[in-house]
Amino acid sequence: MLKVRDLSVAFRTEQGMVHAVDDVSFDVGEGELLGVVGESGSGKTVSLLAVMGLITDPNAVITGSIQYRGRELVGLKPREMRALRGKEIAMIFQDPMTALTPVYTIGWQIAEQVLAHEKISKAAAWQRTIDLLAEVNIPNPRETVHRYPHQLSGGMRQRVVIAMALSCNPALLVADEPTTALDVTVQAQILDLLRKLRKNHGSAIVFITHDMGVMAEIADRMLVMYAGRVVERGKKEELFLQPLHPYTRALLDSIPPLTGKKPKRLRAIPGAPPNLLNRPPGCAFAPRCIERFEKCSAEPALGYGMHTAACFRVSS
Amino acid sequence: MIFALLQRIAQMLFVMFGISVLVFLIFFATPGTDPAARIAGRNASPEVLEAVRRSFGFDQPMYVQYLTMMKKIFITGDLTSFVNRGWKVVPAVMDTIPVTLSLVFGAAILWVVFALIIGIVAAATRGSWVDKTLMMLGLIGISMPVYWLGEVMNLLSQNRYHDTWIFSWVPPLGYKNFSDDPKGWFLTLVIPWITLSILYIGLYGRVLRAAIVESLQEDYIRTARAKGLSETRILLRHALRTSLVAFVTLFGLDFGALVGGSALLTEVVFGLQGLGKLTYDALLNLDLPIIMTTVLYASFFVVMANAVVDLLYMLLDPRVRTA
Amino acid sequence: MSTPLLEVVDVAKRFSVGTRFSRQGVRIVHALDGVSFTVMPGETLGLVGESGCGKSTLGRCITRLYDLTSGRLRFAGTDISLLSQRQMRPLRRRIQMVFQDPYASLNPRRRVRDLIAEPLRVHTSMADAEIGRRVSELLDIVGLKPDHAMRFPHEFSGGQRQRIGIARAIALNPELIVLDEPVSALDVSVQAQIVNLLADLQERLNLTYIFIAHDLSVVRQVSTRIAVMYLGSIVEMGSADDIFLRPAHPYTQALISAVPVPDLAAQGSAKRIVLTGDVPSPVNPPPGCRFHTRCPIAQERCRVERPVRTDCGPGRSVACHFPNDVVHTS
Repeated sequence: MLKVRDLSVAFRTEQGMVHAVDDVSFDVGEGELLGVVGESGSGKTVSLLAVMGLITDPNAVITGSIQYRGRELVGLKPREMRALRGKEIAMIFQDPMTALTPVYTIGWQIAEQVLAHEKISKAAAWQRTIDLLAEVNIPNPRETVHRYPHQLSGGMRQRVVIAMALSCNPALLVADEPTTALDVTVQAQILDLLRKLRKNHGSAIVFITHDMGVMAEIADRMLVMYAGRVVERGKKEELFLQPLHPYTRALLDSIPPLTGKKPKRLRAIPGAPPNLLNRPPGCAFAPRCIERFEKCSAEPALGYGMHTAACFRVSS
Repeated sequence: MIFALLQRIAQMLFVMFGISVLVFLIFFATPGTDPAARIAGRNASPEVLEAVRRSFGFDQPMYVQYLTMMKKIFITGDLTSFVNRGWKVVPAVMDTIPVTLSLVFGAAILWVVFALIIGIVAAATRGSWVDKTLMMLGLIGISMPVYWLGEVMNLLSQNRYHDTWIFSWVPPLGYKNFSDDPKGWFLTLVIPWITLSILYIGLYGRVLRAAIVESLQEDYIRTARAKGLSETRILLRHALRTSLVAFVTLFGLDFGALVGGSALLTEVVFGLQGLGKLTYDALLNLDLPIIMTTVLYASFFVVMANAVVDLLYMLLDPRVRTA
Repeated sequence: MSTPLLEVVDVAKRFSVGTRFSRQGVRIVHALDGVSFTVMPGETLGLVGESGCGKSTLGRCITRLYDLTSGRLRFAGTDISLLSQRQMRPLRRRIQMVFQDPYASLNPRRRVRDLIAEPLRVHTSMADAEIGRRVSELLDIVGLKPDHAMRFPHEFSGGQRQRIGIARAIALNPELIVLDEPVSALDVSVQAQIVNLLADLQERLNLTYIFIAHDLSVVRQVSTRIAVMYLGSIVEMGSADDIFLRPAHPYTQALISAVPVPDLAAQGSAKRIVLTGDVPSPVNPPPGCRFHTRCPIAQERCRVERPVRTDCGPGRSVACHFPNDVVHTS
C-alpha cells in the first residue's frame, strides 16, 4: 500500500547540504507492521516525516517517490495532503508530554480531528471520542474527556495520542518511538494496546524505534537504517536469527543481555556514526566495521529480494 | 476556582494596604523635613502651617496620622489642596478618571485589534516581505515619541490641513463628556487614541509575532499538522491560543500603568484633563496632597490590573487553573 | 568481612512544592522514605526503578547535593549526614558524580583541557605543568586523543562528552562515583563503549560505583548487587543474579518481565506480567505496602500494613508480605 522509492531528504545549511535521508526505498503491505530501527541521526524519523508530508523546513529538499495506494505523495498539493493526513495516514509521536496542546481538553483535541475529516455532528464526534478513549483503556472516559493534558500521566497521554491517531480509522499508522519516553511497565501496557488495536483496526503500522527488544516483540518485517540509508531489510526472524549486515550484527551484539550468562565485556562498536554533512564516500559504516575490505570504499547497494543487505561481504 | 479568586482578591487588598503605608511613610516620615511645610506648599504663612499641623494631627502618634490621612482620602474625602486653597483633592481626582479611562480604553481597543492583526499576519507570512514590512513598521511605531507624534498630529489636524476635507471633522482640543455629547466625545478622542496606540500596536505586534513563531516550533503543532488541520486553524486555534499568555501579561501591566497616569504625555499634548495631566500640574506646583492621592490611585490601579491578568491567566491556561 | 565504604541508614528526603497561595497549599513530596543499604569497596551497586521512584534523589543525597530530611550517611567510617557544605569540601574529592547529560554540566565556552583541569585546580595545589601532564594522562585513560584537549564540548559526540565527564570525575582519584543514568542518552552502540570503559576504570583505579539507571539490562551488566526501588523505598535487594534469576518481590518480577528482549528464542518462554495503572503520586503515597495498588497478588494485609524489608538469604532482602521465590522459567 505504501511504496517508497529512492527517497532522499537533504537540508540546506550554512556549511552545506546535510543528507539526512539518502536513496531510501521500502514497501509497506496492508495490515503489516514494519519496524524501522536505527540510532539517532540514522534518518528513520526524517524519512517517515517525509511520508507524512510533515517536513515544513523551507530548506529541505525532498526527492524520490512516495506512493500511497497508487497515489504519488511527493509534490502533492498541501490541501490534498491534508485530507489524507489524520484520515488515511495518522501518526503517533515520541513524547506524549509535549504532543498535546496544553490549553484544550483531550476530548476537544480528539473531536477536532474527527470533525476536520468527517461530516458528522459535534455530538456524534464527542461520542466517538468517548468510545475511542474507552478502546485505549482509559478509565472513566466520560470524565476523562474533560481533562487537560497536564492532568494525565505520560502513559495516559500516550493513550490519548493513540486514540487521536485512530480516530478516523487510518489505513496506515506511523508510530515514531511511541514508547521510548515511557517507563518499562507502562511501555508493556502500550505495546499490548497497540497489538490489540492492530487486530481490531487492521491498520498497517510503521514503527520507528531504536530498541531492538521492542522490535523483536512487535514487528513483522524490519528495516535497519544507518547514516540515512537502509542497510538491511528482511523479515524479523531473518534479521534476528541471520543478520546479514555487519552493522545489524554489531548492534545486536552490543546490547547487554537480560538473561543468560553475563559477558565480561560488551561488544561495543568502536567510533561514532559519521557526520552527515561531510559524508565520506563509500560505505558509511566502513570506518567502524571489523569486516571492511578494499571494496568498501565504493558505495554498496541494497539488493532485491526479501532479505537483503547493503554490504559487499554479503553480495560477494 | 472560586477559592483561588477570593485568595487573589485578599492578596490584592493586602498589597494595596502595604502601598498605602509605604506612600504615607514617604510623605510623612521622611526624616529631616517638616511634613506640614511640604503639604502647605511653598511660601506658606505660619498660620497656614499651624492649621495644617492641627488638621493632620502631626503631634499625634504615627498610626493615628496614618488613619487620619486614609480617612481624609477614602471616607470623608475632604483632603484639600493647599496650593489652590480649599480645592478638594478627592473630587478633583474623581473628575479626571473618566477622561483618562476614555482615552486609555479606546486606545487599548485599537492597539489590541491592530496588534493581533499584525502579529497573526506577520507570523503567518513569516520570512516573506509582508512580515518584514510589518515588523519594520512596528519598529517605526515603537520609536516615535508620543509627544512628538501628538504635536505632529495636532499640527496637521488642527492647523495645516484643518480646512481640507480630511481633517475638517476634527473638533478643537479638549474633552467632551460622553453623557453630554457622545459624538463630540468620540471625535475629540479619535486623534489621541491613534496617537497613544501607535507605540503599543508596534510593540504588541512584534511581541505577538515572536510568541506565535515560537509556539509554532512546539511538538503539539506537529501533532496538529498530523491531524490534517488547515494551516489557518493551526495558527489561530493552536499557536495563537498558546501565545496569548505573553500578550495578556504585557497588556495588564501597560494598561494598569496608563490608567494610573502614564498617559500623561498624550493628555498634556491634547489638552485632556486626565489623571496624568492633574499629576503633572500638581508636580509643577509641588501640590503634595494631590500627588499623594494620585500616586495611591495609580498604584491601586496597577495592582488591580495585575489581579485581572492573573484571573485571565486562569481562563487562558488550564495549567494555572488547576495547578 | 571488610568495612563498608558507604552506609546509608534510614534516609528520608521530603520536598515541599507549591506555596501557601497555590490552591492545594504546600504539598510534601515523599521522595525517599526509610532507605538503608551499605556499599562495599570495589563493588557496583545498581539502583533501578521507574521514573519517580527516588533513585536520582538518592544519588544526590549520597553526594550531599541535597540535604537529608532524616537518616544517617557514613562514608569510610565518618558520619557525613550533617556536615555543612564547607565541611564536605575535602570529601568531595573522594565522592564524585557523573550525570546523564554531560553536555549540560560542561561549560560550553571552555576547552576540554580546562574542563578536566578544573577539579585539579580547585582541590589540589598542583603546578600548571603537573596539571597538564595529569590532563593528558586522564584523556588517555578515558580513550580520548591528545589533540581533543584544545577543543570545545560542542565539537564532540554524546559518547565523547560522557568520556569528558568521566575524566573530570576520576581526576582526583575518588573512591566512590555515583553515576546517574550515565548511558541513558546514548545510542546502544556507544552505550556499550561507555559501559566497558566504566568496567575497565573500576578495575584499574579500584573504584566503587553506585550506578543509577532505568535500563535493566545495563544495570544487570554493570552491577554486583542491585537495589530495586519503588516510590521512594527499596523493595528488594540482592546480587545481580538473585534479582534477575530469582526475583522475589512482585514488582521486581513485573519490571523484569516487562523488558522487551531482543532475542526471539527467549520471547515465548518468559511470561509477561503487565501491571495495570500508573505509579501513584509521591505526594500522596498509598497506605500499607506502596505497591499494593498495582500488585497482582495484593491481599488485605498489604493495604494496611507496610512490609519491612527483611533478609531472606545471604545479602538478600525483600519488602513484601508474600515474597515469591519461584525461580523464573527463563
